[in-house]
Amino acid sequence: MSTAAPPAPSGAAGVAEYLREWWTDVRSGQLGSLPIVSGLIIIAIVFQTQNDRFLTSGNFVNLIVQSAAFAIIAMGIVFVLLLGEIDLSVGYVSAVAGVIAAVLLIPDGNEVSTPVAVGLALGSGLAIGTFHGLIITKIGIPSFVVTLAGLLAWNGVVLLLIGSRGTVVLQNDFMIGLANDFLPEATSWILMLACVAIYAGVQLNEVRVRRKAGLEHDPLTLMALRVVALAAALGVVVWFANDDRGIPYVFLVVAFFFVLWTFVLNRTRFGRYIYAVGGNAEAARRAGINVDRIRVAAFAICSFMAAVGGLVLASRLRSVDTGAGGGEILLYSIAAAVIGGTSLFGGVGHVKSAILGALVIGSIDNGLGLLGLGSGEKFVITGGVLLLAVAVDSFSRRLQAQSGRA
Amino acid sequence: MTDSPLLELRGVSKHFGAVIALHEVDFTVYPGCVTALVGDNGAGKSTLIKCVAGIYRIDGGEVLYEGKPVSVSGPRDAAALGIEVVYQDLALADNLDVVQNMFLGREELEAMHTLDETRMEARARETLESLSVTTIRSVRQTVAGLSGGQRQSVAVAKAVMWNSRLVILDEPTAALGVAQTRQVLDLVKRLAEQGLGVILISHNLHDVFEVGDNITVLRLGQNVAEFKRKETTEEEVVHAITAGKLSKVPGQIDTTEEAVA
Repeated sequence: MSTAAPPAPSGAAGVAEYLREWWTDVRSGQLGSLPIVSGLIIIAIVFQTQNDRFLTSGNFVNLIVQSAAFAIIAMGIVFVLLLGEIDLSVGYVSAVAGVIAAVLLIPDGNEVSTPVAVGLALGSGLAIGTFHGLIITKIGIPSFVVTLAGLLAWNGVVLLLIGSRGTVVLQNDFMIGLANDFLPEATSWILMLACVAIYAGVQLNEVRVRRKAGLEHDPLTLMALRVVALAAALGVVVWFANDDRGIPYVFLVVAFFFVLWTFVLNRTRFGRYIYAVGGNAEAARRAGINVDRIRVAAFAICSFMAAVGGLVLASRLRSVDTGAGGGEILLYSIAAAVIGGTSLFGGVGHVKSAILGALVIGSIDNGLGLLGLGSGEKFVITGGVLLLAVAVDSFSRRLQAQSGRA
Repeated sequence: MTDSPLLELRGVSKHFGAVIALHEVDFTVYPGCVTALVGDNGAGKSTLIKCVAGIYRIDGGEVLYEGKPVSVSGPRDAAALGIEVVYQDLALADNLDVVQNMFLGREELEAMHTLDETRMEARARETLESLSVTTIRSVRQTVAGLSGGQRQSVAVAKAVMWNSRLVILDEPTAALGVAQTRQVLDLVKRLAEQGLGVILISHNLHDVFEVGDNITVLRLGQNVAEFKRKETTEEEVVHAITAGKLSKVPGQIDTTEEAVA
């Protein structure tokens, strides 16, 4: 038992060793983003061979716009899934926000300014989530039931808010532009370079700090590779999108929340406590963490992100109607988070999994649409992919359990 | 052992309604010594440590810490005094890594209120090294991948990292194999060598005789005997556990025995 000394706490490990450790992790069930990235590649190959319009720049831009709302809502779902909870109300909560913004902006002489309308719409999401969270924690009703009730009730609220109008057409430039306008080409390149520069700076700073503390750090070559990979990925996205209409504004919204929530989960106490409560609520409680407050905050974030997604959905359709928030929104959003690798058992997952999962769902939806298949086929296939993703999750858990206990 | 006691309980009593869980228990812990607390199921061992840890309030008697009377009315009070308890179920989050678990709830922050991972990692490593815990491959691996003995080591390291003076270990070897038990017992000895007071609760007399300096026997909520390890035998301790002389009329307590556990 007492043989292997801890690795020497200085210098950088080689890339080869890093890869070997990564492979050990994969074999012991810590698959990370591996399944989903391979899945995306397979999906791209399959659809491209079936219909060569799939990988065109025009369709690529469509795909970004179509997946964006699911990615945004799924980011919120990740927070509740991390606690091992669920939120079934996100579809209609997103619609409530969309309707509030749309109704407040109707140019009938009583309209409010755009920031106020958007603020109230997003605030309603925050309030709804806090309300859900308080009921779940203070009264002690399972989140499944509370948000199931929310699913019904907020659907009702949407109908009440729309009233006899039936459909509210958006006439506000900001709201329409969110999903229908595109960044100027030069701006998108500048933003991309700024992102890469910031990422490189963060990586270098990490090395500096860890060196100073005498801890080992990732090999510099690996870090350079990461920066190059990010630059290449973003470069391809920007170049490809600019070949068509350009980067849609909604892409910036997704990127902003991705960076924000990744930062919150990885670098703040609050994020750490989310993982701790999801992993072992009793341990978190004994460590002095206010578990209830963390739970309420997670539901608030979830509904807030649903509200953001609701604005994007409304913008994409340029209107809201009595059917808003229904259909596949809820299921696609939850499926996106789960397909991306967020565990339903709590404690495991990342914000990036929401985006990757949304891309998978969006690609399937988009690709099957190009093949001329209807909703029936889409739902069946998406359901199959979801099941596959959950199967991979439990399979990797079993691998971990087997390799874990030494 | 000639030092003044770190913790001294004098005539501590605790009852739950009509059930007498502890009756005028005296209990002393010296710094740099392992004090083993033994007794059959329902003898009041857990109740006693929960009183020390501030989870239960005592109903009678007094608690002296470093010679001064104290009133511990919550885990936070206990932690402030330097008392840390390692419970049997360890309270580790499987999905967090070793460093994250050791600092859970007490994370170090940078100026911008972000987590200071570097400092936490360095301190965690330092603590583990000071306890000669060498079996953990990386402090950045998740606790889920650790063996029982390693998990126990992490839980103990977590407890001693906060300048604690008194560490209470509740059945630390109960679920462990032979090699891992050895690991943990070595760790217990090192804690005492570093000058900490250690309370070891155990059912396993073999463990108790291996690391314990003093042995206190509880029976039906009373302390019936105190031994120095070097001056006693296992037979003597077993006799005290099963048939130690009670100061109170036994019939009075016998009726409550079941509920005390």
